[in-house]
Amino acid sequence: MSNNRITIDPITRLEGHGKIEIFLDEKGNVDKAFLQIPELRGFEQFAVGRPAEEMPRITPRICGVCPTAHHMASTKALDDLFKVEPTPVAKKIREFIYSTFMLEDHTLHFFFLGGPDFVVGPQAPAAERNILGVLNKVGLEIGKKVIEIRKQCRDIISYLGGKVIHPVCGLPGGVSKGLTEEDRKKFLEVAKAGVEFAQFALKIFDDIVLKNKEYVDIVTGDVYYHRTYYMGLVDENNKVNFYDGYIRVVDPNGKEYAKFKCQDYLNHIAEHVEPWSYIKFPYLKNVGWKGFVDGEDSGIYRVAPLARLNASDGMATPLAQEAYEKMYETLGGKPAHNTLAFHWARLIEALYAAERMVELLEDKEITDPNIRNIPTETPKEGIGVVEAPRGTLIHHYKTDDRGILTEANLIVATVNNAAAINMSIRRAAEKLIKNGNVSDGILNMVEMAFRAYDPCHACATHSLPGDMPLIINIYDADRKLIHQFKRNVK
Amino acid sequence: MSKPKVAFYWCASCGGCEEAVVDLAENILKVVEAVDIVFWPVALDFKRKDIEAMPDKSIAVTFINGAIRLSEQEEMVKLLRKKSQLIVAFGSCAHLGGVPGLANFWDRESIFNRAYKTTPSTHNPEGIVPQEKVTVDGKELTLPKFYNTVFRLDQIIDVDYYLPGCAPPPDLVMNAINAILEGKLPPKGTVLSPNKSLCDDCKRNETKPEKLTIKEIKRPHEIMLDPEKCFLAQGVICMGPATRTGCGERCIEANMPCRGCFGPTDQVIDQGAKFLSVLASIIDVNDEKEIEKVMDTIVDPAGTFYRFSLPSSLMRRKRMPSVADNEK
Amino acid sequence: MSNEKFEPKIVGFLCNWCSYTGADLAGTSRMTYQPNLRIIRVMCSGRVDPQFIFKAFKEGADGVLIAGCHPGDCHYKEGNYKALRRYKLIKKLQSEFGIEDERIRLEWISASEGAKFQEVCNEFTETIRKLGPFNSKKGGKNE
Ligand code: SF4
Ligand code: SF4
Ligand code: SF4
Ligand code: FES
Repeated sequence: MSNNRITIDPITRLEGHGKIEIFLDEKGNVDKAFLQIPELRGFEQFAVGRPAEEMPRITPRICGVCPTAHHMASTKALDDLFKVEPTPVAKKIREFIYSTFMLEDHTLHFFFLGGPDFVVGPQAPAAERNILGVLNKVGLEIGKKVIEIRKQCRDIISYLGGKVIHPVCGLPGGVSKGLTEEDRKKFLEVAKAGVEFAQFALKIFDDIVLKNKEYVDIVTGDVYYHRTYYMGLVDENNKVNFYDGYIRVVDPNGKEYAKFKCQDYLNHIAEHVEPWSYIKFPYLKNVGWKGFVDGEDSGIYRVAPLARLNASDGMATPLAQEAYEKMYETLGGKPAHNTLAFHWARLIEALYAAERMVELLEDKEITDPNIRNIPTETPKEGIGVVEAPRGTLIHHYKTDDRGILTEANLIVATVNNAAAINMSIRRAAEKLIKNGNVSDGILNMVEMAFRAYDPCHACATHSLPGDMPLIINIYDADRKLIHQFKRNVK
Repeated sequence: MSKPKVAFYWCASCGGCEEAVVDLAENILKVVEAVDIVFWPVALDFKRKDIEAMPDKSIAVTFINGAIRLSEQEEMVKLLRKKSQLIVAFGSCAHLGGVPGLANFWDRESIFNRAYKTTPSTHNPEGIVPQEKVTVDGKELTLPKFYNTVFRLDQIIDVDYYLPGCAPPPDLVMNAINAILEGKLPPKGTVLSPNKSLCDDCKRNETKPEKLTIKEIKRPHEIMLDPEKCFLAQGVICMGPATRTGCGERCIEANMPCRGCFGPTDQVIDQGAKFLSVLASIIDVNDEKEIEKVMDTIVDPAGTFYRFSLPSSLMRRKRMPSVADNEK
Repeated sequence: MSNEKFEPKIVGFLCNWCSYTGADLAGTSRMTYQPNLRIIRVMCSGRVDPQFIFKAFKEGADGVLIAGCHPGDCHYKEGNYKALRRYKLIKKLQSEFGIEDERIRLEWISASEGAKFQEVCNEFTETIRKLGPFNSKKGGKNE
């Protein structure tokens, strides 16, 4: 049977195509549900033999939707590998590029992808649940703004990083290109516009989602609910940080479970292998792998916007902090287990990213020409971690003393969520399939479940001409295909 | 007259090439007006039946990005070939094999071993690796076959045009689309970017001395990179001389050397061998021992000179007892 | 395949001015040497494009010999140094393609060194014979 595939972003972006298989028992209830990822490219193998300094140019090819995240994680792993501290301005430039990337990625996701579910409405016809539908609802002016902000952010990354798809500027100890005073002024304009824009996006969310009881019920309802652990990077004050800090994990009750240096990740994270998917399933090593179940006893954790907010004590910038407080107030405290609140958290993070851009650019030191320290130490082992839009991203390299890779280990952002996505799909299926009666809403519901984990940008391409194509196969107890749901499959 | 049908499809791709299409920004709307997009990007089996149902050659042009590494990718591009008048290999992976093509220094088994067994975070005491067919709790699940070798697109199907770059820059993409829409097509097999070397267009070319000679090779992180001087003249490996122009010297603009994502010019079959030849020519040392010393400073020549083009090289892949030359 | 006796196929790129003349001398002097070498005459060892070498292997060669004038004697002054540098660089990457070190060999053979040509040719053939065929799985069935 070849007709049982589904494109599920972000996994699609990351490791190819995905497919969902749902199996029913004799009574017609859900017995098993699988999301399979049938792709692997083997970066961990072919990194071996390559010079370490080339890794920031090689690893972004894992994902062209968030290449900047790989580029940064890799560059930071090189700092650690060569034991070279980047110059103060280099750190600022990197964080500035990174914040720009987060702003762009998050806002775009909201408007092009996850957003349509809410802005246009989850019950709206599929043909309207796309960017064009969003534009209809919020007005063309706003659409232009989205495109404009996206373009300006991407221009900044291209300027400093060479290419926005696969930047090249990261070197151990610094960056290859600095900012002039002129650049600083120009970019500051963009950053300020970014803050305004992010606030405005939050307002849209407020007006359209929060003021609508039906939407709020869906967000807080039990279809999209998993009590899991949460992971994210935090700064010294336990505030969310994308670029640097400690990895913090909270348990399903919101209590700090672990806080550790990135270099210690192997003491905390392990990956489980299943024979039916090319993707691995990370879990908390000290809790253990208990299968695809949630709760305190299962090592499954979640990453990405809501997880980061759950794992922190707040945001490091004032406006974002305000929004953070408001969100938890509405959702009834921390941690929030509502998968759909990932969208909300994403907008709060976008606001933080924009505020952070302003902070970094208002500091004139960012134009300092001292953009690099040349490494002098003999390399051996290095680990670099950033928060990618889609979660904690870990690059780990070992080299010989010339800096040639002998080993690489990568835990890619979305992979962290792989187990949770599987559970979310199963749960949605269970709720919607009873005694062999399959509700038509299943497509929507399942799709919304994994969209919340952040389908990538490229998915916007699905959204432009229509909606995301999707097929779900449902088999009865005799493994006969009894239902096939299709959306947008011409 | 009905609008021409256009398709986008991806294989072993990072998604960056899809982004490159989205980056056409407002231009994309013009494209959408002029053509009928039948799918974009499509996941294999979705519309497979529907594509099968289409008359042969009914799609005007299909843009395919990503390399070929799985059985289902091969099946799908073969189907698309049948249904399309034109196939454009979009981006370095489809054009040359791209970065994922570096996997051709290994085979399936070593890649699986690393990913599922020996990486330090993997906990897999039973040594499970993904299977093409597996029964889990009585349910049969299948995965596509993972080939030993990564292929570029035209090693699997006939390709009409190539859009180079990782990812291709928007202006080249737009030019290509316009050329197709206006029917102003260059000869089949053309790489849709000027047929001259990157150095010819590079600003830093002027700083190259009359006769370029170097005595040692520096790695980019070892020296402060001069923002104006030719990288090769600084002793830093830059693939410019063996690379086709057209990217706008994007990496060089960020003060980093070229790694050759546009592939070679028409005259060159093997980009890595070509660069090897260039580099050997400009190294200004004749004594055998001295030469060896300089060569020792060139780390990973294979992975650097063939960064984007290993599956396109004359050798295509590493010869290993486990894999035959053309084996999948 | 395994039962057949393995006869190495060797491609030799010989520079016109020295090595080819040396080979010629070996021939006219009736020196016997292994018949496995297919000689390709090039103007200078510096003209041997690395692409030729890979092409030879791709087309089924089991070994490649490059021969030029002794250092200092190149008709084009520096061609053989260039050949030497290329050769050293190829040595650094050939193993990545699974080409064993011994399969590519560079020798300086002057016009008067018929005997040296004979010796190199015989010795190289023996080396390759011991190594066995390069494309050992060539023609393997597509799965
Ligand atoms: S060519 Fe580059 S951008 Fe395109 S799919 Fe390949 S790696 Fe990604
Ligand atoms: S070698 Fe590189 S830096 Fe020098 S001119 Fe060519 S492209 Fe420019
Ligand atoms: S400079 Fe080289 S590597 Fe960079 S985009 Fe251009 S062709 Fe590709
Ligand atoms: S002419 Fe004989 S090596 Fe140059």
